[in-house]
Amino acid sequence: MATAYNLKRADFIFRNENDWEKILSRTLQRDKQELINELISSELKGRGGAGFPTGLKWKLASEAVSDQKYVICNADEGEPGTFKDREILTRVPFKVLAAMSICGYIIGCNTGIIYLRGEYKFLKSELEKAIKEFEYYCKEIHFDFNIQIFMGSGAYICGEETALMESMEGMRGEPRNKPPFPTGSGYMGKPTVINNVETLAHTFTIFKYGSKKFYDLGVQFSRGTKLFSVSGDTPKPGIYELELGMSLSDFVDEFGDGDTKAVQVGGASGFLVPRKRFNETAIGFKGKLSGISLPTGGSMMLFNSTRSMYNLLDNYLEFFREESCGQCTPCRVGCQQLLIGIKAVKSGAKPAGYLDKLLKLTETMQYTAKCGLGQSVANSFSSIVENFREEMIY
Amino acid sequence: MNKINMTINGVVYEVEPGKTILEAARDAGIIIPTLCYHKDLCIAGNCRVCVVEIVGQNRLSASCATPCQDNMEILTNSLKVRNSRKHIIELLLSEHNADCTKCYKNGNCELQELAAEYKIMSQDLIDLVPFKNYTIDMFSPSIIKDDSKCIRCQRCVRTCAELQGVNALTVAYKGDHMKISTFFEKSLNDVVCTNCGQCVNHCPTGALIEKNYIEEVWEAISDPEKHVVVQTAPAVRVGLGEELGFEAGSRVTGKMVSALKSLGFDSVLDTDFTADLTIMEEGTELLTRLKRSLVDHDPDVKLPMATSCSPGWIKYIEHLYPEYLGHLSTCKSPQQMFGALVKTYYARSRKLNPEKIVSVSIMPCTAKKFESNRPEMHDSGYRDVDYVLTTRELAIMIKQAGIDFMKLPDKKFDRIMGESTGAAVIFGATGGVMEAALRTAYELVTGREVPFENINIMPVRGMEGVREAIIKIENPLEAWSFLDGVELRCAIAHGLVNAKKVMDELKAQKNNYHFIEFMACPGGCLGGGGQPIPTNPEIREKRAKAIYDEDEAMHIRKSHENPEIIKIYEDYLGKPLGEKSHHLLHTKYTERNRY
Ligand SMILES: Cc1cc2nc3c(=O)[nH]c(=O)nc-3n(C[C@H](O)[C@H](O)[C@H](O)COP(=O)(O)O)c2cc1C
Ligand code: SF4
Ligand code: SF4
Ligand code: SF4
Ligand code: SF4
Ligand code: FES
Repeated sequence: MATAYNLKRADFIFRNENDWEKILSRTLQRDKQELINELISSELKGRGGAGFPTGLKWKLASEAVSDQKYVICNADEGEPGTFKDREILTRVPFKVLAAMSICGYIIGCNTGIIYLRGEYKFLKSELEKAIKEFEYYCKEIHFDFNIQIFMGSGAYICGEETALMESMEGMRGEPRNKPPFPTGSGYMGKPTVINNVETLAHTFTIFKYGSKKFYDLGVQFSRGTKLFSVSGDTPKPGIYELELGMSLSDFVDEFGDGDTKAVQVGGASGFLVPRKRFNETAIGFKGKLSGISLPTGGSMMLFNSTRSMYNLLDNYLEFFREESCGQCTPCRVGCQQLLIGIKAVKSGAKPAGYLDKLLKLTETMQYTAKCGLGQSVANSFSSIVENFREEMIY
Repeated sequence: MNKINMTINGVVYEVEPGKTILEAARDAGIIIPTLCYHKDLCIAGNCRVCVVEIVGQNRLSASCATPCQDNMEILTNSLKVRNSRKHIIELLLSEHNADCTKCYKNGNCELQELAAEYKIMSQDLIDLVPFKNYTIDMFSPSIIKDDSKCIRCQRCVRTCAELQGVNALTVAYKGDHMKISTFFEKSLNDVVCTNCGQCVNHCPTGALIEKNYIEEVWEAISDPEKHVVVQTAPAVRVGLGEELGFEAGSRVTGKMVSALKSLGFDSVLDTDFTADLTIMEEGTELLTRLKRSLVDHDPDVKLPMATSCSPGWIKYIEHLYPEYLGHLSTCKSPQQMFGALVKTYYARSRKLNPEKIVSVSIMPCTAKKFESNRPEMHDSGYRDVDYVLTTRELAIMIKQAGIDFMKLPDKKFDRIMGESTGAAVIFGATGGVMEAALRTAYELVTGREVPFENINIMPVRGMEGVREAIIKIENPLEAWSFLDGVELRCAIAHGLVNAKKVMDELKAQKNNYHFIEFMACPGGCLGGGGQPIPTNPEIREKRAKAIYDEDEAMHIRKSHENPEIIKIYEDYLGKPLGEKSHHLLHTKYTERNRY
């Protein structure tokens, strides 16, 4: 992925042509297999963070044999400073509802559930109205699909798909072992497709315009557009839809305040990129920090030279220490050790070399933690400590 | 299904599909350490010490939670695995109050074993204990819960939920505050906990232990003024050996008696005696209820009648089905019958001042500690049972006394109250009370032995969670003619989660048994919360076999033929359900809240 893209703004998600009824009824006429192929050839990947190919997910669920299946829309949006899903549900809810029902049509189920973040309670009544209208239309076209809203409990970990299902089943929000994956055994042990709000909105775009239009945007491995929540030291915070694959320097040119020292890509679970790496870093799905491109759920946080990277890391670690569900050893104890460890180095109670021990510890966390939360603490930790080591010590 | 091929550490194995990597490795003789895994429980996959490397994957996988797949290549001891595993043990220890030398579980602790194996000598990581607000709950008479020893494996939580259906223990809070707790963080003594001790038996560390009364008993033994009597429950004799170097399933009755005598108990007696007595009382009670129901059509008679010898079950029904307390047999448990008789009948026969008697019992059970502490258990005029020790505590005393258990000669129980029957021995296994009761009741009613080969009532045996048996009564003696042709419908449930099933069915009027045996612990007392650790399905099977072997080896196998039983009715009690029995051997129950 050598060619760095210039920043390309796009306007698909929020463009509302009030044509969902037409798109829905038209799509429901089409062959299921053909729709799956459409989705696969769009190369859409999940926008909730993990980037799993959406077409494949739907395909797997469609192939699972069961008396009951579910479609879940993950609207738990817990990443601090991110509110793109909220915007989608406020401004274009019908796209999401239509996408859920198309998924239901494809995989063979008539039940959709929106897992709505507890803090978004204020959205509920509007959303319910939309659902009513949506279901009314479904009835009119003799399409059997119902959508319910489930209010989340407020814990960040409940955004993780299996913890989310546990919490829906009335259990404690703890991630499950995988396999089995939700497409085989998800909510109530039934095959389940769970997608992020934005992912679903993109499928609407794909079913409306065809996969080619989507595929032609972005770059290899990272097709289409994505919503970014821009925050931090920027003159224009907000939500922007951009083509994937842009280089971080183009991004900073557009959104920085002229003094950008580093950008945290992907929120607390993401990577901190220092200025010297802006040029070589692109925003997309494949690769690692040392390589070129960085995945993200959409959070882009800019920091200028007045910001302490130690404080940033301290903040993140405190967040993880509290938001870890606490069930697995590497994450529960690891987060505590990392936080107390950087404090000890800062205060001089531990030598600077202790940071290397902590880096090793994050490696173990990455290898052994049960879910994405514990596995990804290493991302911010290592990228911050390796790039701003002196700030950690002095 | 076809077998699949797996490579583990370079060697190819054929594996049954559906097995986990851990199971496949164990079958192949490769040991992978575990902590949150227990054969009795569902897979949690939270401790992560069992991680292995699947070649081609960057992340490691929890072997207990990962199913085998065709052509998988596994490394259980690569550098990456070793380093990660060691790191995880270090992490656990950094959160752990690891003062092993002062810990009750020192020497039988899975965490300690792992630390020893991985030679965790120095601790790079920062000790987190001083930053924690760990608490110890010592209010229960049965169980101590010390959060500073907890590794949060949730075995106890799963035990209480999956085996017992009680859910007294839950996980509270998240992140660094995550802990094992109870409803509103109350003491175990103030919640629905039944004191069954299954959580204690399943805890890998010293976070849940029995409250021990070892020093108190030593003190009593050393007091020349005191006459210390000890009774031993049937299941102890098939478990104790495991703590002292014997294979699981070894019968060590004679050595146990020997050891108790060496420890200095003044009289070594057998709870089996009151197990036989229970059969006489409970059997009569059942027949009386049947008569009241079938002949008198008394609407107040409560059927099915439920057994009452498992104090964990008693507390459970008191909390969760108090409206059914009338269905419980009013018989005390054998332990408490024994206690009441020790300070009356025994004292009188042996011409002892009951005030000077200390009554100790050795039980496979932690709930019996609570039971002996109940205010109503003072019918002798004194506290009927002063101290209850578990099988494990007895083993500790034997070791402390420097007794070489293996080399002990076999000895016999003292008299009186030391005679036992095969019927009493099988009280230790699920279905045993039922079988013993049927052996006696059937013969009482028909004058003939139960119609099963060698009087082994096989249908009531086994490890199925709920079992049913129907015994048809034909040609009864004249006094029992109303039972002619009656099919006695019996059921057996062990493990409270199975008790719950039967009770919920009863509530929904989906069953119509006459008589139900309930045991709080899986497998019955042989799998009790006070039995040696580990206890798992295979070990329970072995102990059960030992129990039934012991029964077959007994010379008398029916409770009503126990000569000491015949004698106690002649000399002291009069008749079953008589006035004296009523006073000493029967009890009443207490309605308790759910929360
Ligand atoms: C700790 C954690 C938190 C997560 N929170 C969210 C969330 O708030 N919203 C979301 O859509 N996905 C979240 N995810 C990702 C989900 O587990 C899952 O991958 C996603 O819902 C799948 O949808 P997608 O394929 O459309 O991205 C989270 C994952 C982890 C590990
Ligand atoms: S990694 Fe953290 S959040 Fe995930 S299961 Fe383990 S403790 Fe819970
Ligand atoms: S619980 Fe185990 S490791 Fe912890 S102090 Fe006790 S013996 Fe040692
Ligand atoms: S109390 Fe014991 S069984 Fe329960 S979580 Fe702690 S260590 Fe595990
Ligand atoms: S003693 Fe039994 S009921 Fe009480 S917490 Fe332990 S397992 Fe649950
Ligand atoms: S034993 Fe497998 S994760 Fe604990």
